[in-house]
Amino acid sequence: MAVMTYREALNLALREEMRRDPDVFVIGEEVGLYEGAYKVTQGLLKEFGPKRIVDTPIAESGFTGVGIGAAMVGLRPVVEMMTFNFALLALDQIVNSAAKLNYMSGGQYNVPIVIRGPGGPAHQLAAQHSQSMEVYFYHVPGLKVVRPSTPMDAKGLLKSAIRDDNPVIFIESETLYNVKGEVSEDPDFLVPLGQAAVRREGTDVTVIAYMGMMYRAMEAAEELAKDGISVEIVDPRTLQPLDTETIIRSVRKTHRAVVVEAGAGFAGMGSEIATEITEEAFDDLDAPVARVTGAQAPMPYARSLERLKTPTKEKIADAIRQVCYANGSR
Amino acid sequence: MAVTKVVMPKLSEQMEAGKVIKWLKKEGDRVQSGDILAEVETDKADVEMEAFGSGVLRKILVSAGDKAPVGALIGVIAEEGDDINAVVAQAGGGAPSAAASSAGAKPAMADRPAAVPPQPKSEDHAERTPSPSKGPESPGIRRAQETVAQQPAVTEMAPRPQAPAAADGGRVKASPLARKIAAQSGVDLKLVHGSGPGGRIVRRDVEAAAAAPAAAAAPSAAAPSPALRPVTPTVTGPEYEDVALSTMRAAIAKRMPLSKAPVPHFYVTSEVAMDRAWELREELNGLEGQPKISVNDLVIRTCALTLLHHPGVNASFQGESIRVFHRVHMGIAVALEEGLITPVLRDAHAKTLAQIAVEARDLAERARQRKLRTQELSGATFSISNLGMFDVRDFSAIINPPEGAILAVGSVRKVPVVTDEGLGVGRRMAMTISCDHRVMDGAMGARFLQDVKRLLEEPLRLLV
Repeated sequence: MAVMTYREALNLALREEMRRDPDVFVIGEEVGLYEGAYKVTQGLLKEFGPKRIVDTPIAESGFTGVGIGAAMVGLRPVVEMMTFNFALLALDQIVNSAAKLNYMSGGQYNVPIVIRGPGGPAHQLAAQHSQSMEVYFYHVPGLKVVRPSTPMDAKGLLKSAIRDDNPVIFIESETLYNVKGEVSEDPDFLVPLGQAAVRREGTDVTVIAYMGMMYRAMEAAEELAKDGISVEIVDPRTLQPLDTETIIRSVRKTHRAVVVEAGAGFAGMGSEIATEITEEAFDDLDAPVARVTGAQAPMPYARSLERLKTPTKEKIADAIRQVCYANGSR
Repeated sequence: MAVTKVVMPKLSEQMEAGKVIKWLKKEGDRVQSGDILAEVETDKADVEMEAFGSGVLRKILVSAGDKAPVGALIGVIAEEGDDINAVVAQAGGGAPSAAASSAGAKPAMADRPAAVPPQPKSEDHAERTPSPSKGPESPGIRRAQETVAQQPAVTEMAPRPQAPAAADGGRVKASPLARKIAAQSGVDLKLVHGSGPGGRIVRRDVEAAAAAPAAAAAPSAAAPSPALRPVTPTVTGPEYEDVALSTMRAAIAKRMPLSKAPVPHFYVTSEVAMDRAWELREELNGLEGQPKISVNDLVIRTCALTLLHHPGVNASFQGESIRVFHRVHMGIAVALEEGLITPVLRDAHAKTLAQIAVEARDLAERARQRKLRTQELSGATFSISNLGMFDVRDFSAIINPPEGAILAVGSVRKVPVVTDEGLGVGRRMAMTISCDHRVMDGAMGARFLQDVKRLLEEPLRLLV
């Protein structure tokens, strides 16, 4: 175990996998000489050389297509999106090629590709650079979607993603790159895809949240503990496939659920999880599942408006009180 | 800073109006949430009404002895400085006659539209007074008082103003979990107050209702059986007098035709040889430290066990369907001076004779003292009416809807019987079941009765 940042954990995962498997290579904008816009690929060019750390022009559709082709013939590319907002330019490659070739070729081709980079709102990056991009991908059959919240998960999940034979969308966060935590240095340490983690045990309400929202929910939980409300926090870690079993198990215990997501709520992860809970655990619910989501609006640039649009610790705490019938509704 | 409206609580399903027996607090008294404000008489029981807000009892709108419809404002709790005129004025429609009869309500009257006709005093307010526009609130004592925040809600997550949970008197709003727990613990949701938004019943409400103690049998001196008083024929005074209906008598008068007219009754009578049951009872009652078992306790236990095998008789007509119960909640008719009441012995099928004896006696005693809780007065799946103590050979009873049947039990009498040896003396008891023909047919009723008879004639089975 070593304490390192989320960024260093990702770097270590790439390094270990590239050492383990010569078919793994990294391709993207500024990943080589510049060592990554967010320095996730720091030192990799020096260790693995330009054949395995490939700088590309600003052409997301092009280099994603190159990655998919390489994966089809047996390599294991890791494609870096400088930010996931730019993946929109490669959406056709991802949705119509990466996700579907295995199915459409009758299983003749696998596409073992990882497309990674930061996504989700950070601070004052305005509408075009503050988006929860996972929603565009987890709807597509054939893609796996990962959102790791901690350094340990960043490492363990990225390694699992690289070893997976399916296309994996791996979305990090600008706001988490400097988060520090314990990380296993064991090169065989993996966090399996499709397994949620219980971040905090509680008995009164289950909060499902990932990435920055998970940390805000933890703060809200600390605060509510003082009022005697015991909050359990489940971090899905992988959104597709989603570990509903862990979520349902928790809800069956607490009888109440709040889903938090940074992006707009309409047809979001919150809708999906709320529906799963209703379908699987209706008779266990003591309150309707509540959602705390971003407002249905583009992210404003102004700091004050940004705060209004985004789920805050206070909004999360209010929703928890609401489902616990603990905000004076007696 | 809140004004708490004190409204006439809905204490039973049939309750439309209630009478304030007395106020335990007077205007100007400081009250804490939980204090007993007043005693209210319903058609079935006298119930203490709690305060659900703290402050000063600023106004009493319905004085002791007066009636008010369910949901009508009967008092206001607020702080000294709070303006309650608006609340009192708003309630104008709810309890106008009461307001009119109270001089203290003058300012409120001034706010009311001149078009409101003056209400006649006295008589039956319940019949005349229009219900508040929202309609009667759903059952539950706690909801009887609505705390109105005077300031706008502070946060966007604050609860919306409470709406009546079942304004139409129909569907009860409860969380799925609350429903599940209620079903498991036999709690009738209609009698539970919902503390969630809009009056939704949530887990804690059902758990609280289930935990309410089943009343430690308060052993009070058994009421002496009414002695026969010599009646002196009156020769002076008026020829007749009209006695006002008590609330209970009014309820019976209203309810019985609702049964007898629309429910097609049929009757099946059978006679039981009670010799062995009688002996068994004597023997049981000779045991030290055992509760006294009455004939009726034997009948209750017998019927409860038999009903499990005849679910068709333990059933209720629901219009489009027949609801068949898998548990037996036994209604036990108890005669009172002024009428009749049918407390419910829950899960009678799962109780021993001794348990039945203790609980039935407790229910009957508290029925006579009018101290039954509302939840003890509804939910029966079958009823027994026993007039055995009056030397009645047999009689037939009127079904208490929505139940599907009622058993009328006569006295155990010594009669001449034909035995193998010739003529002997035996104890016989007649019983007549009244059945709802929409639910069952003659043969079903007869088969049930046959099994009741069989069980009573082999009474050791009641002990196993």
